[in-house]
Amino acid sequence: MNKIEAIDVNFFYGKFHALKDINMQIEERTVVAFIGPSGCGKSTFLRLFNRMNDLIPDTHLHGQILIDNQDIYQKGVAVDELRKSVGMVFQRPNPFPKSIFENVAYGLRVNGVKDESFIRQRVEETLKGAALWDEVKDKLKQSAFALSGGQQQRLCIARAMAISPSILLMDEPASALDPISTAKVEELIRQLKKDYTVIIVTHNMQQAARVSDKTAYFYLGEMIEYGETKRIFTNPEKESTQRYITGRFG
Amino acid sequence: MIPYKKNYSTRKKRSQTLLFALFSLMSYSVIGILVLILGFIIVKGIGVINWEFISTAPEEGMTKGGIFPAIVGTFYLIIGSALFAFPVGIMSGIYMNEYAPKGKVVQFIRMMTNNLSGIPSIVFGLFGMALFVNTLGFGDSILAGSLTLGLLCLPLVIRTTEEALKAIPDSYREGSYALGATKLQTVQRIILPMGMPNIITGLILSVGRVSGETAPILFTCAAYFLPHLPNSVLDQCMALPYHLYVIATSGTNIEAQLPIAYGTALVLILIILIVNLLANVLRRYFDRKVKTN
Amino acid sequence: MRKPFERIIERLFACSGYITSVVIILIVVFLFREAFGLFKSPAVEEGYTIALNKNNKVSEDQFHAQTLKLVFDSEITNWSKLGGKDEEILLFRLDDITNYYSEDELGSDLENVPVCINRLVDSMPGIIAFIPKLYVASNFKGRLIEDVAITPADFLAGKEWYPTSTPSAQFGLLPLITGTLWVSLFAILFALPFGLAVSIYMAEIAPMKIRNIMKPMIELLAGIPSVVYGFFGLVVIVPFIQKIFHLPVGESGLAGSLVLAIMALPTIITVSEDAIRNCPRSMREASLALGASHWQTINRVVLPHSFSGITSAIVLGIGRAIGETMAVLMVTGNAAVIPTSLLEPLRTIPATIAAELGEAPAGGAHYQALFMLGVVLFFITLTINLAVERITKQQKS
Ligand SMILES: Nc1ncnc2c1ncn2[C@@H]1O[C@H](COP(=O)(O)OP(=O)(O)O)[C@@H](O)[C@H]1O
Ligand SMILES: [Mg+2]
Repeated sequence: MNKIEAIDVNFFYGKFHALKDINMQIEERTVVAFIGPSGCGKSTFLRLFNRMNDLIPDTHLHGQILIDNQDIYQKGVAVDELRKSVGMVFQRPNPFPKSIFENVAYGLRVNGVKDESFIRQRVEETLKGAALWDEVKDKLKQSAFALSGGQQQRLCIARAMAISPSILLMDEPASALDPISTAKVEELIRQLKKDYTVIIVTHNMQQAARVSDKTAYFYLGEMIEYGETKRIFTNPEKESTQRYITGRFG
Repeated sequence: MIPYKKNYSTRKKRSQTLLFALFSLMSYSVIGILVLILGFIIVKGIGVINWEFISTAPEEGMTKGGIFPAIVGTFYLIIGSALFAFPVGIMSGIYMNEYAPKGKVVQFIRMMTNNLSGIPSIVFGLFGMALFVNTLGFGDSILAGSLTLGLLCLPLVIRTTEEALKAIPDSYREGSYALGATKLQTVQRIILPMGMPNIITGLILSVGRVSGETAPILFTCAAYFLPHLPNSVLDQCMALPYHLYVIATSGTNIEAQLPIAYGTALVLILIILIVNLLANVLRRYFDRKVKTN
Repeated sequence: MRKPFERIIERLFACSGYITSVVIILIVVFLFREAFGLFKSPAVEEGYTIALNKNNKVSEDQFHAQTLKLVFDSEITNWSKLGGKDEEILLFRLDDITNYYSEDELGSDLENVPVCINRLVDSMPGIIAFIPKLYVASNFKGRLIEDVAITPADFLAGKEWYPTSTPSAQFGLLPLITGTLWVSLFAILFALPFGLAVSIYMAEIAPMKIRNIMKPMIELLAGIPSVVYGFFGLVVIVPFIQKIFHLPVGESGLAGSLVLAIMALPTIITVSEDAIRNCPRSMREASLALGASHWQTINRVVLPHSFSGITSAIVLGIGRAIGETMAVLMVTGNAAVIPTSLLEPLRTIPATIAAELGEAPAGGAHYQALFMLGVVLFFITLTINLAVERITKQQKS
């Protein structure tokens, strides 16, 4: 079953045509990687799935984005409800100026969960799920800024997981991390596939190859090619894809 | 699985709408205060202002006549303080951004500049009295008043200069050096002309500041009443803000003096309005010019 | 030809660079120089002296500005309080002389006054007399207290500011500093909710167009001269307060606080708006992406993140309020009493300097006391500036 479906998506920043006629289907519980040169529209496309682009003034969307067969851009859709089921992880770790515990609890609190014992339990559960629990269990009250960059990013993933979304959007989640932290985050992403549909934007070809089931290649606002990761990396259909991939592999 | 509250989303939205409405209401009431103050003084003062008012001296114990000497005095003080503060302030800004070793030195100077700008104007008045009036023997004079006011607006000039120069990309400096220009030539031919528009905006604003200050000139320069115009820098002078203070507080004939007070306040307000307008127009004009370049 | 010229110009730049530091040092030096004599100045009016009975052994150190006042206000009535014998204090001012001597005895040209005073002081063991030096007889048999000093305690802990008080001038800082803090505190209390609301509105809510109109208006609010605020306060706010609260006079702490609140608003607004704007977009987006509403994001992420910036804004606003002179001078009524309510007149440090320096002869105790107030004001604002410096530094790291 398709978890996400993009139908004839065109997106504009003012007059600038950033996404052109994109059609894409994403199945449930898969990891999809978006690759392509910088500025090609990967982030823009990703941010359509949780309506993050709504925040940028003077932008327009033509076409439809369906999640669970619901058009999320229809009138009457509560954006905060949508974002409860579509979590997002950003390029740079961006914890809140709060304690580690409160960072994870944040999503629950802002969505009206008041039951403290539930929150405590859920925070622990999520931190364990993000493989961070053992590292932080003794310092939950400390500021999240005290963690290392890699730990912060995993905290941000945990923060997104805490409200149990069904989709996780990740915009170059490991690009600001060292190799060891990157490996940990990648391991985590592979785990996540069990429960979540994951879309990950990455600049790193090996990373896409390592973690994703499917890969989409974007170029200048168009989706050039989309298919099984293995096939894309071994036998791309389009020359542009070929060039990008081989160029990167050196 | 997660015990979300029902309808929390709509409740959230409703309280947000209410709060934001409150904030905008409070914001508009602050603007309302400004409009009220300006409007009040304009309405009350507009009938007073005419050519005679701005071109004649006060008469009959300041119950009649105009405010010409006060306008002239304020003008002299602006010129005097500008002659001192502009060159020194701009040079100081240039030193901070172009010459001073980055890091500790610049930080120190910036800290001192901030400190100076935080010192109350009355303390400048005390200082000006102790140094210029008494120690250097200038007496109550335009010279002493101008220097005191100049010190007061120095931080503003320094800060705007520094900021204006900071905004100029290093590539221009490097380009100039690459052509064999010396540091001073680079500053003089490239950096200063490029920063000038923003510097000028700062200078204009500091003129506004100087024209409205009373406390620093209370004991260094301002005269309660002078029948004639000052004819040297060592003379006292009248000044608009001090004049307003005097007729508003120590009047003996409130009825007759109040209109003059409104008129004086309006002239002060007009100066500030013009200064701010000019600064904004210039800023916008130059912003656009930079963008289209 | 070019080289030495360049070097001279560069020196000039460097000198200018340090001018603010030099000015601050000069301010310190000159304020102190003028103020310092205060604690060496006689508290008793020029030409007058204090005389005691010759058997009165109370130490001369006991006599300083505040005690002398307490004695003459009959708040100290027994010499034992000052370490002397258990004896009633008998006050004597020149006017009192007619209680003791008839006009005939004093002589038609008052030529016998010195003799009478001499006799009186000699015969009354408990007497303390405040008399012109002119009337001290050459064979004076009493004990003269030559220098009644103003001590640092008289200044710092004195509850009265009364420069023309006799027998000793009172330069007590307490009523002035409490007055200053009182109006400033309330000014900030009034200004803060509005300042925060406006900065949140401008940084987060208002459309670009409205912000572009509001910003210069706030700058204009900052540009209005303080005399104009004072004048507006005097003709609008003061009568309004008088009417609303049925007061004998409208000049009051409340009027001062309201005017100061308006004047502190631009500082609070610009500094906290900057702080709010400085909150990284990524942090905002992270919050929104978790389903938080805009307000929740502001309240739980943006404001905590801008906390130190907003603190700076408040502290700077307090600094502005404390140092403000003319507006406060015009609307607070300038009664030098320790304030207990907002509806009474009070007096601040800057207003005192502005109101009295013109009448204080240079070099006199009053003049020095006013410069001492300047010193106090200088250090208060310096502390505030350094605090802000510290807060912003913390924010950056
Ligand atoms: N807020 C914006 N306003 C205008 N143009 C934007 C904005 N964000 C991105 N763009 C433009 O849209 C294009 C796609 O950007 P983006 O989706 O961020 O690329 P990617 O993530 O693939 O590097 C780029 O050309 C970029 O300049
Ligand atoms: Mg991107």
